[in-house]
Amino acid sequence: MSTFAPTAPIASGWTRAWSGRRRWPLVSVAGGAIAAALVLLPLAFLIIQAQRSGWGEVQRLLLRHSVAVLLWNTVRLTLACTVLCAVLGVGAAWCVERTALPARRLWAVALVLPLGIPDFVVGFGWVSIDPGLHGYLAAVMIMTLALYPLVYLPVASALANLDAGLEEAARSLGLGPWQAFRKVTLRQISPAVLGGCLLVTLALLAEYGAFEIVQYRTFTVEIFTEFKLGFDTAAACALSLVLVLLSVAALGGELALAGRGRAWRAGPGARRIAPRIALGRLSAPVLAGLSALGGLALGVPLGALVYWMLRGSSTTLPSASILAAAGHTAEYSAGAAVLSTVLAVPVSALAIRHRNRVTVLIERLAYLPMALPGLVIALGLVAFSVRYAFALYQSALELIVAYSILFLPLAVVGVRSAMGQASPRLEEVGRSLGCRPATVWRRVTLPLIAPGLGAAFALVFISSATELTATLLLHPTGVNTLATQFWAYTSELSYGAAAPYAALMVAISAIPAYVISRRMTTLARGERAR
Amino acid sequence: MSRLSVSDLWKGYASTEVLQGVDLEVHAGSLTAVLGLSGCGKTTLLRVIAGFERAERGSVSLADRTLDDGRTYVPPEKRCVGYVPQEGALFPHLTVEANVGFGLSRRERRGDAVAELLEMVGIAPLARRLPHELSGGERQRVALARALARRPHALLLDEPFSSLDASLRTRVREEVHALLREQGVTTVLVTHDQEEALSLADTVAVLRDGRIIQQGAPAELYERPADQRLARFLGAVNVIDAEFEDGTARTTLGALELRDDPASGGAAAGVVMVRPEQLDVRLREEGAHGESSAAGLGGRVERCRYYGHDALLHIRPEEPSGGEMLLARVHGEQALPVGTRVTVAARGPVTPL
Repeated sequence: MSTFAPTAPIASGWTRAWSGRRRWPLVSVAGGAIAAALVLLPLAFLIIQAQRSGWGEVQRLLLRHSVAVLLWNTVRLTLACTVLCAVLGVGAAWCVERTALPARRLWAVALVLPLGIPDFVVGFGWVSIDPGLHGYLAAVMIMTLALYPLVYLPVASALANLDAGLEEAARSLGLGPWQAFRKVTLRQISPAVLGGCLLVTLALLAEYGAFEIVQYRTFTVEIFTEFKLGFDTAAACALSLVLVLLSVAALGGELALAGRGRAWRAGPGARRIAPRIALGRLSAPVLAGLSALGGLALGVPLGALVYWMLRGSSTTLPSASILAAAGHTAEYSAGAAVLSTVLAVPVSALAIRHRNRVTVLIERLAYLPMALPGLVIALGLVAFSVRYAFALYQSALELIVAYSILFLPLAVVGVRSAMGQASPRLEEVGRSLGCRPATVWRRVTLPLIAPGLGAAFALVFISSATELTATLLLHPTGVNTLATQFWAYTSELSYGAAAPYAALMVAISAIPAYVISRRMTTLARGERAR
Repeated sequence: MSRLSVSDLWKGYASTEVLQGVDLEVHAGSLTAVLGLSGCGKTTLLRVIAGFERAERGSVSLADRTLDDGRTYVPPEKRCVGYVPQEGALFPHLTVEANVGFGLSRRERRGDAVAELLEMVGIAPLARRLPHELSGGERQRVALARALARRPHALLLDEPFSSLDASLRTRVREEVHALLREQGVTTVLVTHDQEEALSLADTVAVLRDGRIIQQGAPAELYERPADQRLARFLGAVNVIDAEFEDGTARTTLGALELRDDPASGGAAAGVVMVRPEQLDVRLREEGAHGESSAAGLGGRVERCRYYGHDALLHIRPEEPSGGEMLLARVHGEQALPVGTRVTVAARGPVTPL
């Protein structure tokens, strides 16, 4: 059965939007409104907080000399890392997807796996074996090694899906292989490259742990320090607003660049897979390069963990506390995964089934946290709870809400794609077979979107379990999670004690990284078999 | 066995009115085909009858029960109207068995009902398969069995055969037709394929620009189409100038018997429709006789399209009578080479347009 194209055009007004239905999908509208309100809440309270301290004060805070230094630090790091990630990501993806590389499938998995290691664990790994590592170059190297898979993954999938006919047509029109790559292939994969670079930039702007470890001061590090150590909420909020502006600028930049050259997709039947290029004499250097990349990105952090685990086992290992921490992590992460998955359902349902201006706005808002660093969301929630709901301050619920907002975009991506597959035709058929809407939802829609709900739950769970920045700010006093306990030990330079916590977090998040890379390779193989 | 009637039905989306006053009568137990080009509103009409969309104006009723008249609105699950969408829309997470039994109560599902239905549409061995393991024709049969399971008062089929390839289409079509005959369920089938509509349906309703422009038996539509556009849509046609005179039309092809008098005998001149299969084509012997108009119109074959079972000749009439190119359908073995000189005569009653 082929896909079902949405038949209803975007309706212009309220009356048309709901025509064909007897009433508004009240449950969905309410759920969507709650999701939108939750996303806007932290941002709103940041602004309120900044306003409370007075715009004059904010101006004074922002025009300090140190802010210019922070800005320069943040921008030069972001530019260097993003460019390096793009080069490494595209290069590695091209080698794996388009050349006759030996052990190709192994590389396809190994090059994605660094995504499963939290950035602050990568930082920990490097610094724990070379305590002298700090400053700009260390930060660039560590973040590039941690983040290049964000470019590699979309580019590899774009290359695997590329229509070989286009490149062949270019060659037949007299272009050399390099020219054809530059003028045709690169154009085709540019949305994937840009999308990956955007993710890298946003991750860099939000990162705290890794930079703290290598003692490199970016906006996020400064905000955290001002708030946590200086107890200067006004300064933290004012700086946060700048951070939000930087993220929004990155989003806008990606939109502006991507808008110019959208990839053209041939119909599924028209696509042909390009023959792989034989590497010949280049085999050795390419293999050496990929091995170096894999070794540095995957080998060093994992090696360091193993080393410290072995070393640490000689000291007394507080096994009871790691179990307790794991329990708390699981509890908070599961709560967040349930909440954001539940919120993602009405957001996706409205965006797909009742598309109009309001529901599209709700959907966009649900994606907004992608541009909001976890620190900003946490600060906003702190600003809200301290003033209006003190009972919430540093409660488990607040942490769960923070995770849910932070990772709502992941949940929406998972649920939305599943919802898109569940055709409204099927629901209609269900009703024509005598089932009431609630029954149809239970017997048709829910089973169809269940895999999407599962994926959303897993993604949010894993992301929450390995989140550090917001957790440090919001975790209930006296209760430690894997991330906070790891951080406490790392700060005391007790690497051996910290390592088991990091290993557990890596184990949790390596699973999806592995599944994603496997799925990509099986998908590509399935395409070839066809 | 219920009669379905739709009257003065209006329905539109954001800026366009898709249905603009549709009137449709489907007799109890009959099969009516709604024929129209894509985008004419066929699917919208079915969706309003099924209850997935609400009528803006007008009414839909089934066996004297009002389903929708702008005020009352019966939800789809209470209509007892079966619906088979394009490409079947089987529930992908359920087996064939579970798909067919979907609309049945738990008790009914446990009985023999499902097995009987599968037997009826001839897919009993596939009961435990999942939809993606079925061929296009098998999917259609499952969708049909699923819709028939609840013994609906009316059945709606939305282009059920268009996704099948040509060889399979004819077979599935025949089987479905036989099955619907046997069940005697009131059926509306929408299609853009005039051959399908003419060959399957008891009644054909032609939908154009959101209105039914003509409804009648297939032969009636083919022989007496409402206008030239419809005449051409239903098949190739020759439109020939004529003068009308008590029951006959005087044309370049001679005097032809008229099916109907042109509207109340007022007009003295107009055009008549002659189908290509109404033309007889004979070889013309060179110079033996003069050209007698009684024997027909002289012409020369300009193009010949050979289809195997028959052939379509494009014949250019020769001066002095002249006139437009004529299309004539002849037996396959009568396909004539280009340039052949022929005589064309018309047979049977013709229809004024």
